[in-house]
Formats: sequence, structure tokens, C-alpha cells
Amino acid sequence: MPLSPQVAPGGSAPADAPQRLSVTLTVNGEDHALALDSRTTLLDALRDHLHLTGAKKGCDHGQCGACTVLVEGRRINSCLALAAMHEGDAITTIEGVGTPQALHPLQAGFVRHDGYQCGYCTPGQIMSALGMVEEHRQGWPSHATGSVADRPALTREEIAERMSGNICRCAAYPNIVDAISEFAGEQPA
Amino acid sequence: MRPFTLTRAASPEEAVAETGARYIAGGTNLLDLMKLGIETPARLVDISRLPLNEVEEADGGLRIGSQVPNSDLAAHDLVRTRYPLLAEALLAGASGQLRNKATTGGNLLQRTRCYYFYDSALPCNKRDPGSGCGAIGGVNRIHAILGTSDKCIATHPSDMAVAMLALDAKVETLRPGGATRTLPLAELHRLPGDTPHIDTNLKPGELITAVVLPPPPPGRQLYRKVRDRASYAFALVSVAAAIEVADGRIASARLAFGGLAHKPWRNPDVEAALVGARPDDAAFRGAAAVLLAGAEGQGGNDFKIPLLRRTLVAALRDATEGTAR
Ligand SMILES: Cc1cc2nc3c(=O)[nH]c(=O)nc-3n(C[C@H](O)[C@H](O)[C@H](O)COP(=O)(O)OP(=O)(O)OC[C@H]3O[C@@H](n4cnc5c(N)ncnc54)[C@H](O)[C@@H]3O)c2cc1C
Ligand code: SF4
Repeated sequence: MPLSPQVAPGGSAPADAPQRLSVTLTVNGEDHALALDSRTTLLDALRDHLHLTGAKKGCDHGQCGACTVLVEGRRINSCLALAAMHEGDAITTIEGVGTPQALHPLQAGFVRHDGYQCGYCTPGQIMSALGMVEEHRQGWPSHATGSVADRPALTREEIAERMSGNICRCAAYPNIVDAISEFAGEQPA
Repeated sequence: MRPFTLTRAASPEEAVAETGARYIAGGTNLLDLMKLGIETPARLVDISRLPLNEVEEADGGLRIGSQVPNSDLAAHDLVRTRYPLLAEALLAGASGQLRNKATTGGNLLQRTRCYYFYDSALPCNKRDPGSGCGAIGGVNRIHAILGTSDKCIATHPSDMAVAMLALDAKVETLRPGGATRTLPLAELHRLPGDTPHIDTNLKPGELITAVVLPPPPPGRQLYRKVRDRASYAFALVSVAAAIEVADGRIASARLAFGGLAHKPWRNPDVEAALVGARPDDAAFRGAAAVLLAGAEGQGGNDFKIPLLRRTLVAALRDATEGTAR
């Protein structure tokens, strides 16, 4: 099943020529038809093509978590994903979570608890936390869980372990955990 | 990144028909290496949507489709209750985001984290055969102490593979042309020898379709990983253990180790040294001595030898605690 190439493969394109693909991404509920180089990561498609610059390019190697978005409700590092492999998937970025006028409760919590200093990692922290709270709600264990057969409560230790894929260079971790902890406590278990 | 063409396979048969192409599943290892110019495939086949994403009961064990994400596998009830060491190993690896994307097949085939392999300005026989091994005589804190060669001292980084090796997993594959085969996981990865650029015994184009676990081993299971940080770091050393104690004696033992070698490590002599013994520190130290008999440090990783000895003893204490020692 070929993805939709803009130029038919096997045509006159020289070896090593970039491949252009037509890709439709559903971002924050809206469909966007894009013509992308096959190498385009989901992160670059969001930032450079859709101008959604909330997701950040920190390390670009899956190590820092600043690029975290939700794909079909699950958190992933958008830097280690090819945009064309997410054709048709529902993608949620920080821009789809709340607005300055109408903050999402978790965003309001980050403000209230001072869950950042420079703010660079914050969109990734928030997207990751939204995915994480849902994983916990589904009963997923973590490395911090005493027995993996248990459905643990979302303690500070559990939150810290489950959020370890999001690095904060300002080390606002205690306040980040406060904000997430408060938000998770408000969610129906 | 070098340009490549991307196609999506609708079926495993369609995937293996793409001769000469590289599979991409979660992409969390391959894309990382492609960005650095270490992997330069001209053609990629997206296998992430293949219908190989089920965990099913099979002959008292489990068949795990190669596209099952690491997070789903760790959260699966049958894994958590019957194969807890596998869930523990998965949860000790990478991060929540990465586990959501990383697949069962891709995890097994992830490449080494050797610093020289990752830096194309430095010599590395695995990346560039014949260029030399920068790690020998260089910075080699994370490197192997068993099964090395004078060409490569890299380790295999997967936690999941170590757990699956202790569980006697088998790997099912499909080859171009349609032949299928089942090989023990113990035969999937290879030692570096003179050809460290070849990580596994898979043939070109061979697709991993599933991992099959036999019924769970008797006794208590655990996975213990030692690393530089409490979370989100690769193993320095790790131990996967399933130990059964009956009438005050070790009745059966299965042990696999990570961070020691170019492949997940298992040595039947270590297990034999334990079976029949009382579960006490003398027996545990004896098993560690068997394991480490041929171990050799490279300078920076000398610490792994005492670290592994202590980690194995501690893991065995945990696995046998309260069983009438
Ligand atoms: C920051 C970071 C930290 C990490 N920490 C850990 C850790 O602590 N422990 C750990 O174990 N891992 C860790 N990982 C590695 C992670 O587990 C792997 O990247 C992941 O499991 C690879 O799976 P994938 O599906 O993304 O593979 P891909 O990147 O898609 O593929 C990897 C390789 O396998 C081949 N391949 C994939 N699927 C198949 C198949 N079905 N048949 C044949 N070939 C196939 C591909 O061609 C490629 O060569 C970490 C990764 C990162 C980026
Ligand atoms: S240890 Fe292996 S991977 Fe590392 S530099 Fe040497 S040859 Fe390369």
C-alpha cells in the first residue's frame, strides 16, 4: 500500500532524491493536508508546517520530552516519529488543550504551583502528564509500583517515576509534581 | 538525514516482498540513528500498522505480536500476573512516551548505545567495519565484560530481551518468499567475533512477527536493574531471575543478565550451580563466581565485576526471601 507520493516512485527521480508525500494530519480536531518530505518528523510538521510551536525541539532524540504530544490519546515523543506514519491519527498538542483565556485545569495548576521557571519544558510536561494520568486511570503499573500486579495510587513517587521522560533544566520538579498531583486528585479515578 | 522512500505494508507478506528495504516500527531507535547518519536506509517500510498487535494465550503461554507496544505489554494482565519479571523489565526501560511507541520486535533489534558507535567522527567496527574499536583502550564504562572480541566490546541495551531470555522465549519470523521459522531468543543475538557489524542471526529482510513465551516458570520472578539514575537510564548491569525453592532447596533457577555482553547473557552452569543448594549467600556467591569466571574488565568498566556479583547475590536473596532459608 503506497502512501500517496506526489511524484510516482520509480519515475525519473534520481536515487537519493527526497520523496514528497501528501499527508493529512488531524491536529486538535482539524484536518490539515500537507505536502511533506518523507523525512519530516511529526514535530517538524507541527512546528514548521502548521506553525504550532508549543511542542519544543529540545534534544530531537527522544531524551528530553519537550516534544511530547498525544497521538490517539497516548503520549509520544513527536521528534522520533515520522509525520507520514501518523496519517489519519488524532493528534493533540498543547494548543488544543487550553487557551490563555480559558486555561485547562492542569495548565492553571502549573501556574498556581509555579511548575516551571523558564517554561521551555512546560508544554511537554503538560502533554505528558495528561497522557500519564490516563495511563494511571487505566490501571497501568510503573517501575515505582511495589508489585506490578497492583493498581497503585498516584503518589508523588509514582508521578516522579512516570514523568521521568520529561526533563526540566530549571529543576522545578517538586512544583511540577504538586501541579500534577492536584490535577490527578480532581479526576474521577 | 539521507533521503528515503517510505511505503506502508498492509500485510506481513507485503512487507517481506519489499526486498532491500528496512522496516520501521516505533522508529524510536532507527530514526534516532538516521538523524545522526549512522543508519542510512534508502527505503523504509512502515510495519507499524500490521495486524501483529495482539497478545494471545497460546499453549499455556503467550504469543506477543511484534507490533505490541512495550507499554501495552507491561500493562497486560497476563504479563503482570504470570510473567511479572517481564513487566518489571519493560517498566524499567526508557520512558512512558518511548514505551508507548517502542514495539516488541523493535526493542529486540535496538542497537548498542556505545558512545563510539553513536559518534561518526570516531572509529567503530560496528558502524564502519575495519575502522577499529574506539572503546578498547578508550572510554568504556558501559561496555561488556563477557563474550567480547578484539574487534568490539559493545553491550546489547535491551531490558525486555533479558527478561524474555530468562523466560525461554522464542521468536517467530517470516522471510522473503514466505518461509516462516521459530528460533529460540537465545539464538537471535550474536557475539561480536570478527563481524561486530552484524548484530543478529536474522537473514536479510526477515521480519519478526511474534515472540512466544512458554508457560511461566515455577517460583518467584524478579528483574533487578542497576543504573546511574533511579529512572530513565540504560542498565549498567541487570538480572532477570525466576527461582523456585522447595523443601529448603533451590528446585529450579532461571537467570539472564543484561549489560554484560553483546547479547543478553545466560549461562546454564550458573543455574546448575544453584539447583539443589540451600538458598543462602554461600550458594549465591558460588553462582556469581561461576558466572564471572571468564569476565574481563576493560578499564572503565572494571567495576561491573563486583557490581554484578553483589547485584546477583541481592537479587537471589530477594527471590528466595521467606522461603525457609
Ligand atoms: C532516550 C532513550 C532511552 C531509552 N532507554 C531504554 C532503556 O532503559 N532500556 C531499553 O531496553 N531500551 C531503552 N531505549 C530503547 C528503546 O527501547 C528502543 O528504541 C525501542 O524498543 C525500539 O523499538 P521500535 O519499535 O521503536 O524500533 P524501531 O526504531 O522501529 O526499529 C529498531 C530496529 O529494528 C528493526 N525492526 C523493527 N521491527 C522489526 C520487525 N518486526 N522485524 C524485523 N526488524 C524490525 C528496524 O529495522 C530497526 O533496525 C531507550 C531509547 C531512548 C531513545
Ligand atoms: S565497542 Fe563495538 S560498537 Fe563500540 S566502538 Fe567498539 S566496535 Fe564500535
